[in-house]
Amino acid sequence: MQALTNRSKVVVKKEMSFLERIYLPAILGGVVITIKHLFKKSATVRYPEKKREISQIWRGQHTLKRDEKGAERCTACGLCAVACPAEAITMTAAERVKGEENLYREEKYASTYEINMLRCIFCGLCEEACPKEAIFLTDRIVTTDYARGEFIYGKDKLVEPVDARVDVTPRQTAAVLEFKTQKQFSHNK
Amino acid sequence: MAKVTIDGVEVEVADGTTILNAARQIGGDLVPPAMCYYTSLKDSGGKCRVCLVKVTQGSAKDPRPMPKLVASCRTPVMDGMVVQNITSPEVLEARKGVVEFLLLNHPLDCPICDQAGECDLQNLAYEHGAAKTRYEEDRRTFEKIDIGDKIKLHMTRCILCYRCTYVADQLTDGRVHGIMNRGDKSEISTYIEKAVDNDFSGNMIDVCPVGALTDKTFRFKSRVWFTNPQDAHRDCPKCSGKVVLWMKGDDVLRVSARKDQYGEVKEYICNECRYDHKNVADWTVEGPRHIDRHSVIAQNHYERTDLLAMKKEIERQIEFEKGKTLPEPNPSLTA
Repeated sequence: MQALTNRSKVVVKKEMSFLERIYLPAILGGVVITIKHLFKKSATVRYPEKKREISQIWRGQHTLKRDEKGAERCTACGLCAVACPAEAITMTAAERVKGEENLYREEKYASTYEINMLRCIFCGLCEEACPKEAIFLTDRIVTTDYARGEFIYGKDKLVEPVDARVDVTPRQTAAVLEFKTQKQFSHNK
Repeated sequence: MAKVTIDGVEVEVADGTTILNAARQIGGDLVPPAMCYYTSLKDSGGKCRVCLVKVTQGSAKDPRPMPKLVASCRTPVMDGMVVQNITSPEVLEARKGVVEFLLLNHPLDCPICDQAGECDLQNLAYEHGAAKTRYEEDRRTFEKIDIGDKIKLHMTRCILCYRCTYVADQLTDGRVHGIMNRGDKSEISTYIEKAVDNDFSGNMIDVCPVGALTDKTFRFKSRVWFTNPQDAHRDCPKCSGKVVLWMKGDDVLRVSARKDQYGEVKEYICNECRYDHKNVADWTVEGPRHIDRHSVIAQNHYERTDLLAMKKEIERQIEFEKGKTLPEPNPSLTA
């Protein structure tokens, strides 16, 4: 068979010499490498005191957006859940009753909406699938915890508070904003 | 018997068969789509115009082509007729236009609609339509109507195929359900919201190609692709009792009649089977329902593959491909 690279070495079983048998040169060689690394710049940072700079379109913890009037955009259509390769999203739908028009934008809404953050691989396909521009990934990092149950994020953690909106404008590229201005695509009125 | 050629495939059918049914006897890609035609409903068809085909040769005796595209569900075959469906760019263009017309007043509320995922109009628009509309006016709107306590009518989604009125006319006794007004003002009505209380009225949910008539007992319960369809039957004194149970875990969310590959119900079921037996214990479950691999309902849906049927289907497709005329080789490339 033809070799893929020229880096492979043929293993030869031969008698070791005296120097090789006492192993000291090899051990010293290892120690030298270790000492060299002591003087190199560290590859890690001391999180959370120091935070790395991240991209504006970093895919972190999800948020369920509200519209301009503060009503929830999600209509529980299930497209995010069907697009999710990790099957992390589950939801149940409910019908909006009279008087809730300021709470939910459409006649159907998600009564529960859960993302299992341990299953989520932060691929962003839910964001891409959403026809209502309801779910967005944000630049927030999902916090650690001690129990598995805490990682199932419900609507209490996902829906953005009315008084503390999550800014997702950097995620909406010029192409997306242009897309929204077109009346012929105004599926999201 | 009449010999007819559809897209280069020859088939011999009984006299009086429509072009659509002749194409269905061949099967495969060359079957025109149908939104209003329904085999078991008399007089259905001829309304939606998506099944338009081109007749390039009227018959063996009179080989002139038909002047316009014809609705294949209403046109009977003649001996020696030559029909073009997917091989004719004119037909595809016309069909695209028809889909655009059907979508003019159809709201894009698929994320809310319970029919999404098993909607004929969705499939049709996906295959033949354009992604955008040129329509700038406001769509017509109607209030939602309850037809009885089990059926919800969203008139905004209706494409006026008339199938449900034929069900009311032919399957149930005493017509209480018809179309009022004309043109784009047309409206399905139970005549001042009079309840439909017939044993077979629930079948209008199954015949509806869009989400205009939906099951209120299933309303917003689950998206159809999260359910697990199972074939099941029970001894019913009124109907065949052969149904599909749409399950989630051990719960039966919805009971519907079995549809064939063209979305048509052959054995209608009664309202008792449809609404009153939402318990698995009432049914003899036969096994998972076969769902087309291309359907979104096939998501996370496992069933045993019938290898013999698959082999037959592949052989049929090879046979079909043989009949196609190959495109002419480009002389500039071969020279």
